Amino acid sequence: MIKLVNVQKSFGKQRVLQGVTLEIPKGKLTTIIGRSGEGKSVLLKHMIGLLQPDRGEVWVNDVEISRLRGKALNDVRKQFAMLFQGAALFDSLTVFDNVAFPLREKLRLPEREVKGRVDEKLERVGLAGMGHKFPAELSGGMKKRAGLARALVMEPEIILFDEPTTGLDPLMSNTIHHLILDMHRTFGFTAVMVSHEIPEIFSISDWVAMLEQGRIAAMAPSADFQRITDPTVREFITVGGTVSLHAAKR
Amino acid sequence: MTAVLQRIGGATLGIVQEMGRMLIFLLATFSWLSRPPFRLFQMVKQLHFIGFKSTFVIVLTAGFTGMVLGLQGYYTLRKYGSDAALGAAVALSIIRELGPVLAALMVTARAGSAMTAEIGIMRITEQIDALDTMAVNPLQYLIAPKVVAGVIGVPLLVALFDVVGIYGGSVVGVDLLGVNAGVYWNSVETAVEWKDVYGGIWKSISFGLIVSWVCCYKGYYTEMSAEGLGAATTEAVVLSSVMILVWDYFLTSVLL
Repeated sequence: MIKLVNVQKSFGKQRVLQGVTLEIPKGKLTTIIGRSGEGKSVLLKHMIGLLQPDRGEVWVNDVEISRLRGKALNDVRKQFAMLFQGAALFDSLTVFDNVAFPLREKLRLPEREVKGRVDEKLERVGLAGMGHKFPAELSGGMKKRAGLARALVMEPEIILFDEPTTGLDPLMSNTIHHLILDMHRTFGFTAVMVSHEIPEIFSISDWVAMLEQGRIAAMAPSADFQRITDPTVREFITVGGTVSLHAAKR
Repeated sequence: MTAVLQRIGGATLGIVQEMGRMLIFLLATFSWLSRPPFRLFQMVKQLHFIGFKSTFVIVLTAGFTGMVLGLQGYYTLRKYGSDAALGAAVALSIIRELGPVLAALMVTARAGSAMTAEIGIMRITEQIDALDTMAVNPLQYLIAPKVVAGVIGVPLLVALFDVVGIYGGSVVGVDLLGVNAGVYWNSVETAVEWKDVYGGIWKSISFGLIVSWVCCYKGYYTEMSAEGLGAATTEAVVLSSVMILVWDYFLTSVLL
């Protein structure tokens, strides 16, 4: 379980997080929504210790990680994987080597076992036979799939998804969302996703939280969230949904 | 008046802060270098990039540097009837000064700028963050092998520079201008002492460290934009070059 207590973060004079308190339920898929520039990705990076809060606490399975460094932080990170906005594949490595990277670095498994695990994950995300390609040879959707395979390969307890469908067309976005949902159901990891894809996220998320002006404005199970009457939340999900539908029709 | 003082103070504090951050970056890299896993493959790969791939430009620079020294040296020494000392003049200039400095500047231009751009792009595209999330320390995986390769690669390139440069001097002095070959090479052998050679080695080791340290640092802390990366690459090349020349002066004054 991940818990943030009164997390505050500023970059220079810009206050991004102004006291975020949030609890991510274990084993569920929680999506964080909010306007662009609200600090959703910043919030996600606090959960894995890529950023440290100016104030507040970040708890991961009863360990307060906001002041951890070095090996202690790495031990916590072993429970995590993250799919970045641009997939963050190492461009000097092939897709196979990208997916194999955490296995070779952390588990030092025999190469035969590495190959078995990597091939299995590539097949699950629909990239069987693509292992020899370099990231530059892949489309946006394929990069996300490869990133997802790399995130899954260590079978972590928690996976963070930072806008996994940014830059993809509506059909590919839908495919990636359902791939995430399938993997979540199969492996049972705790998933935290930052997304703008309304109303699609309501059909795949267990919980939805909205970040507004540096704080959590609302958090509820997905079905209940759509019934929230708060005007800010209503405006965001109504306008967001309409824009998404127009984009899909185009 | 207060505003001017404030600006000067702010700039000074900024410089001190940057220097402190650079030093911490280097110390942290050394600290990670001493911990397993030792990334031998990465080091060899970087050595290939910094060392082997720079050989062409080093040979070209060294050849023409030696040739121009041979040409200038011959006409200057001839005025004083000392053209027999041409070998000594070329060899000592190259081994003591021009070899280490020019080789380091060429490595900065060819490999240093590429290091900054590579690390900077990895920062912008979140590849460095991805390493962190996989509990792989970027300083250990990315930076330490480059620093080691710089420290090993630059002295090897300087050795090559010295040999090609002295030979370039002989091509002009002996083959074109008619200085006796025996006189040229005997002059080289007599004039060059062991302390000249190890002085050059010390310089090249420290220059290798400066290039890899500064260029990696600038890439690692680049601003998250194409413009920022361009500026970081320029700063890396300029700062490395200036530091090489300044450090060369201090080291020469100690070694002489």
